Amino acid sequence: MINSLFLISHSGDIFLEKHWKSVISRSVCDYFLEAKEKAGDPENVAPVLQTPHHYLISIYRGKLFFLSVTQTEVPPLFVIEFLHRVADTFQDYFGDCSEVVIKENTVTVYELLEEMLDNGFPLATESNVLKEMIRPPTILRSVVNTLTGGSNVGGTLPTGQLSNVPWRRAGVKYTNNEAYFDVIEEIDAILDKSGTTVFAEIQGVVEACVKLTGMPDLTLSFMNPRLLDDVSFHPCVRFKRWESERVLSFIPPDGNFRLMSYHVSSQNLVAIPVYVKQNISFLETGSCGRLDITIGPKQTMGKSVENLTVTIPMPKSVLSVNLTATQGTYTFDLTTKVVLWDVGKLNPQKLPNLRGSISIQTGSPKPEENPSINIGLQIQQLAISAGLKVSRLDMYGEKYKPFKGVKYVTKAGKFQVRT
Amino acid sequence: MNGGFSSLRSEAAGAMRTVLVSAESLQLTLKPELTQEEQALTHATAAGGKARETLKAGNEDLKEMLESNKESLKLEAMKRIVQLISKGKNASDLFPAVVKNVASKNIELKKLVYVYLVRYAEEQQDLALLSISTFQRALKDPNQFIRASALRVLSSIRVPIIVPIMMLAIKEAASDLSPYVRKTSAHAIQKLYSLDADQKEHLIEVIEKLLKDKSTLVAGSVVVAFEEVCPDRIDLIHRNYRKLCNLLVDVEEWGQVVIINMLTRYARTQFTSPWKEDGIFDESEKAFYDSDSEEKQGQREAKPYIMDPDHRLLLRNTKPLLQSRNTAVVMAVAQLYWHLAPKHEVSIVTKSLVRLLRSHREVQYVVLQNIATMSIQRKGMFEPYMKSFYVRSTDATHIKTLKLEILTNLANEANISTILREFQTYVKSQDKAFAAATIQAIGRCATNISEVTDTCLNGLVLLLSNRDETVVAESVVVIKKLLQTQPTQHCDIIKHMAKLFDNITVPMARASILWLMGEYCERVPKIAPDVLRKMAKTFTSEEDIVKLQTVNLAAKLYLTNSKQTKLLTQYILNLGKYDQNYDIRDRTRFIRQLIVPSEKSGALNKYARRILLASKPAPVLESAFKDRDRFQLGTLSHSLNIKTTGYQELSDWPATAPDPSVRNVEVIEPVQEWAPSLGKAKKPKSDKFYSDDEEEEEEEEGSGSGSEDDSSSSSSSSSSSGGSSEESGSASEEESSGGSEKTSSDSGKSSSGSEVSSSESESKQKKKKLTKKATPRKSKQTAADSDSDENGNGPVGKTSSSSAESSSDSESDSEEDSDSDSPAPQKKTVAKTKPKVEVKSKKEVSLLDLDDFSPAPPSAPKSSVFSSSLLSDLEGLSLSNVSSAMQVTSSSFGPVKTYELLHHMTGKGLSAKYHFPRQPCLYQPSMVAVQVILTNSSDHSLEEIHIGDRSPGSLNVHCFNTVERLEPGASVSVSMGIDFSDSTQAANFQLCTKEDQFSVSIQPAVGELLMPSTMKEPDFCSEQKKLMGMNETSATITMATANTSKQNISKQVLSVANVGVVSSDQNNLQRFAGRTVSSGALVLVTLELRESSTALLTINTEKTVMASMLLRDLKQALSQA
Repeated sequence: MINSLFLISHSGDIFLEKHWKSVISRSVCDYFLEAKEKAGDPENVAPVLQTPHHYLISIYRGKLFFLSVTQTEVPPLFVIEFLHRVADTFQDYFGDCSEVVIKENTVTVYELLEEMLDNGFPLATESNVLKEMIRPPTILRSVVNTLTGGSNVGGTLPTGQLSNVPWRRAGVKYTNNEAYFDVIEEIDAILDKSGTTVFAEIQGVVEACVKLTGMPDLTLSFMNPRLLDDVSFHPCVRFKRWESERVLSFIPPDGNFRLMSYHVSSQNLVAIPVYVKQNISFLETGSCGRLDITIGPKQTMGKSVENLTVTIPMPKSVLSVNLTATQGTYTFDLTTKVVLWDVGKLNPQKLPNLRGSISIQTGSPKPEENPSINIGLQIQQLAISAGLKVSRLDMYGEKYKPFKGVKYVTKAGKFQVRT
Repeated sequence: MNGGFSSLRSEAAGAMRTVLVSAESLQLTLKPELTQEEQALTHATAAGGKARETLKAGNEDLKEMLESNKESLKLEAMKRIVQLISKGKNASDLFPAVVKNVASKNIELKKLVYVYLVRYAEEQQDLALLSISTFQRALKDPNQFIRASALRVLSSIRVPIIVPIMMLAIKEAASDLSPYVRKTSAHAIQKLYSLDADQKEHLIEVIEKLLKDKSTLVAGSVVVAFEEVCPDRIDLIHRNYRKLCNLLVDVEEWGQVVIINMLTRYARTQFTSPWKEDGIFDESEKAFYDSDSEEKQGQREAKPYIMDPDHRLLLRNTKPLLQSRNTAVVMAVAQLYWHLAPKHEVSIVTKSLVRLLRSHREVQYVVLQNIATMSIQRKGMFEPYMKSFYVRSTDATHIKTLKLEILTNLANEANISTILREFQTYVKSQDKAFAAATIQAIGRCATNISEVTDTCLNGLVLLLSNRDETVVAESVVVIKKLLQTQPTQHCDIIKHMAKLFDNITVPMARASILWLMGEYCERVPKIAPDVLRKMAKTFTSEEDIVKLQTVNLAAKLYLTNSKQTKLLTQYILNLGKYDQNYDIRDRTRFIRQLIVPSEKSGALNKYARRILLASKPAPVLESAFKDRDRFQLGTLSHSLNIKTTGYQELSDWPATAPDPSVRNVEVIEPVQEWAPSLGKAKKPKSDKFYSDDEEEEEEEEGSGSGSEDDSSSSSSSSSSSGGSSEESGSASEEESSGGSEKTSSDSGKSSSGSEVSSSESESKQKKKKLTKKATPRKSKQTAADSDSDENGNGPVGKTSSSSAESSSDSESDSEEDSDSDSPAPQKKTVAKTKPKVEVKSKKEVSLLDLDDFSPAPPSAPKSSVFSSSLLSDLEGLSLSNVSSAMQVTSSSFGPVKTYELLHHMTGKGLSAKYHFPRQPCLYQPSMVAVQVILTNSSDHSLEEIHIGDRSPGSLNVHCFNTVERLEPGASVSVSMGIDFSDSTQAANFQLCTKEDQFSVSIQPAVGELLMPSTMKEPDFCSEQKKLMGMNETSATITMATANTSKQNISKQVLSVANVGVVSSDQNNLQRFAGRTVSSGALVLVTLELRESSTALLTINTEKTVMASMLLRDLKQALSQA
């Protein structure tokens, strides 16, 4: 299925290659680099490409291209999903998935890749199983290893792979048994110039951090599961149980994992937490424009809005901006032409405002479209879907009493204001 | 197979010898010191060139490190070597030094050596052979992981000489006890195949064997091997089909993708199209498709199509996977539904596909491509989610374009204004390529939806004054196409464009304007010649495409307005004559001959006007995804829109389904580890488990299906079952299917009860034929029959009945199998044969939910009958705790009460008991299934036990088949169906043996006349509101203290009445819903808990008599401890 994998840096440098079948020359990447050149922005490179003898399927993550080469028909999503899983694993192991980190840990990366695929078909992709075979590097261990010649490869063999619960390793032990669940809801919205909602919906995820001894069997139930319109689960969740009783019943993986993601049914009106008053205009004559943005709270359910950020990708013809912010700081990236305004906490008494002038390259015409404004925000202790609440968590199968905690956060997802 | 194996062994031995010889010749290298020979070797490789001099120097110290005795140094060296490999640098000269460490104790070192070996073995074949013996030893290791990893590396070394060794290793590993090793062997199959395709036949044998494997670990990998080695051997799948379907949920996610794709292909060759019926309907009213699903249902009823139960099984078992977190799995299920499901069921995938759009950019890209293809054919599917396809300015360009494509596909009269408003925003986008695409999209909307053509055209004209050139150019091109569709009143636009002409520089746009001028030159008589004049001036500096159009314009003007333009035309033609581009020279010559009269120009001249100024058909603006549906969705081929290597075409549906019996599986397979336990289970133990009865009943059904018509039942069951069951399967198959046809065609006459049990899987075919004929027959018949099921219930009803069929098939099949073991082809033996299997299946029946489609009408009886062959397939699997935990909650079976039918004293040794298995009756949906257990407690055998006369005017009874012979002490259970017509009136009939007749009667409890009905809480409430007043019966009851918990209450209620639990949020309310079997009237039970163990019991139903009886029974049950 997957013949080879190449890791290519942002600038086009091929810095790692791995083959699971016969070796494929790295010159095959030239086709990809060519396409990348043509696309300009790395985001615009088509994920599926065709060369005379091979097919290239790539993803772009963390300023890296993961380019896989295949010679025969394979579902493209299969490869894409796998590549993302690889990137996730790196992230999990090294805390980051960047060129530097991968270069530092080449051997571990290679060992991981070796275990994850056999003959191009995924073998072990569960992070729990992998961690049993190859221990993630820690500073302490690497120091010890260099002194003693010890290794990262686990001496034990991965039993998890054979069990009915391949996602959980055996013999987990903790002194403090705890299970935390974060219910994170994101608002995706498009607002038009006048502030009316063109499109809005709420996606949620339940992120779990479970550190429990043994083989606990958990049951999580919600106050109002009816709100959930479309759900997808971690493989550990018993689907039938959900179908019949609307409770999540599962033997959790060890550590952090995403338990479920859901979509709140579209009948419910979506509360938009902030409003944006904006006025961006480019003058017909003279190469300059004005910008004036004010943000205020709208439907916040009495909670305060934090981590407010405003991102404005300016037209390419913009040379510089000269703005003043009543609160927070702003930056303007000269190469990407993005204005980033970090507001911080929204103060309802004194609304944050950003205003000033924009100067445009002389001679270039007035930009046709005003840039859109992307909002980022966070509201603690609130699930914006209003009504979804974890009602209880029960544990079976183990004797001890775990410490349980649930946290709710609302964030802005793809929250865009058209101007 | 055995022969092949031994020859293989000798081959392997030969290869081993070769290996040993070469090992011997290189033996010295295994010594720790550097030997001459080795040095020579490394020098040979290093002699490649000076360029590698530096690298070699670096490698030299690596070699030294590898030679050292310190593990840590070796490890360090290997790490550095792996780093070299990862960078794509050549490290092959280190091979001899590395390969020595292959047997190292240090696991990490060993693994790194493996990495190296796999990478370079192909280049250093001779040296690689040194390592083989190490792997061979490891293949015998007691630890399964070591065995597996040895096989993994051994098979990854691409050295042709070891093919026999690999083959042997694979064969052995394929029957390893550890599923993990078997999985590895499945992977090794593909590797060996790519190394040596000649081994195909042997490998197929191994694949065949592994396909039978029941471990979820193996399933995915072996299907990958199947797809790679022999995708055309669809016959290997037959017997494993049901198993694969059932395992699917538990297989790891990557395996799921491969299996689903393979099964899609399989299903297209094996089942008939579920689309035939709605095909015609579809095309005529595509747009209404989804909104009018009700109506559709009605349409479908008229022309019954019975889905093969296996087909349904696949759809049912893949549905939960739509909730997978793995996007590839979701996509695979979506394409399966797209290609296999009846049209009205496809839309259940929509939501999940839209969900995938929140995933990574690359996932979005592929999913959007697939949605684009789907949305062309089925607008309705995605229309409710239109807003999810709105474009954000932060999307990548290809995502934007795809979203645009989908929005355009979704546009219709109703939503066009919203979409156009959205498009207006896009046109202004900074991303000019996207803006241009939007303009094209507007053009497509304008042509497709005539209401908005003018609006669009006006909008586009406004865009002509846009500052951006690409936008203007694109607008011109699109306007040109639009004008062509309705050129009559648009002179103004043409004039406007002529004015803009000077400012437009994009060649395509200029050419378009010129073409428009020429085409409609008579409408703009003053402007056209002027434009031509301008063009004459700039002709030489124009692009080719513009020149061609200039020539065209000139020619057309010459014909219409030669007075003004003759000279201009000649001038242009002269310029064209000497143009550098041969196309233009050609065109010029051609035009000149055509329009300028001369002696040479022939007859064509007369027709020049008609040729050039013929009215041209308007172009059709089509989606770029129009032709993509030729590829299976979700494939690479679909994504690239080309046929990729290794792409397997989806075949068209067969006109008639191939024999479905090929999918039947013998229940008992003596090969696997769990076989012994099964063998033991064969011991007679039967009458304790009522589940045997189920089996028996199903088996009966095989015979019963022939005599479906109730009037036939009286004459039934005289012929021998023994005789026909002794016949070979194929013979009886033909015979009885032929018979069944006859039966169904004149079922009125009905002397057909003699279709006896041995009829194997063809009962399925039979059933199909029967039900197809059911419609015409209906006119003859009075109400309740299997037809009523079809009419009333739609898909689910069918499913339940058909899945029952399938079970009966495999049962009877397996019966035959067991018969061949013990040469006494009697029913009795059958009854004894598989109690164990049935017990297991009983447990799982409750786990599998059958109500998979929400649009199922509420009247559908919730079937718990499930193909027991499927269940036996499941058996032996390590079902995870998942199921065991679930079982508690979903089990809805109360204890079974058994009633006495005939005491052995009165029955002269024959005793009979009966109970209600609470399953939908297989004979007729209006009947209540009754299981009768006949026991012979006399000292002589009883013969010909059957049902004799029934009291005249009594109820409709479907008899069991005559039991030929019942040995002393043996018992047999048979099933019958009785239509009680929703009354508790007893069914009286005579139970006869060869000598005697006994009058017996079956008196049903009111609760047994019900079938559970699945409904959601809101439905329940709304139904309840309709049944108020007279139809409501209620009483306050005091409950026994033991019964106050919710679980106990439902247990008690379920023990009394065969109803379904309605899940509810309210703690103090419990609801149950059922339908009467015969008339299908709703029976709703509500229990409202009050303080101190009292409760208000309410029953809502039209059948007030039943209500009061049920109330009494429930009251009694709940007040008892």
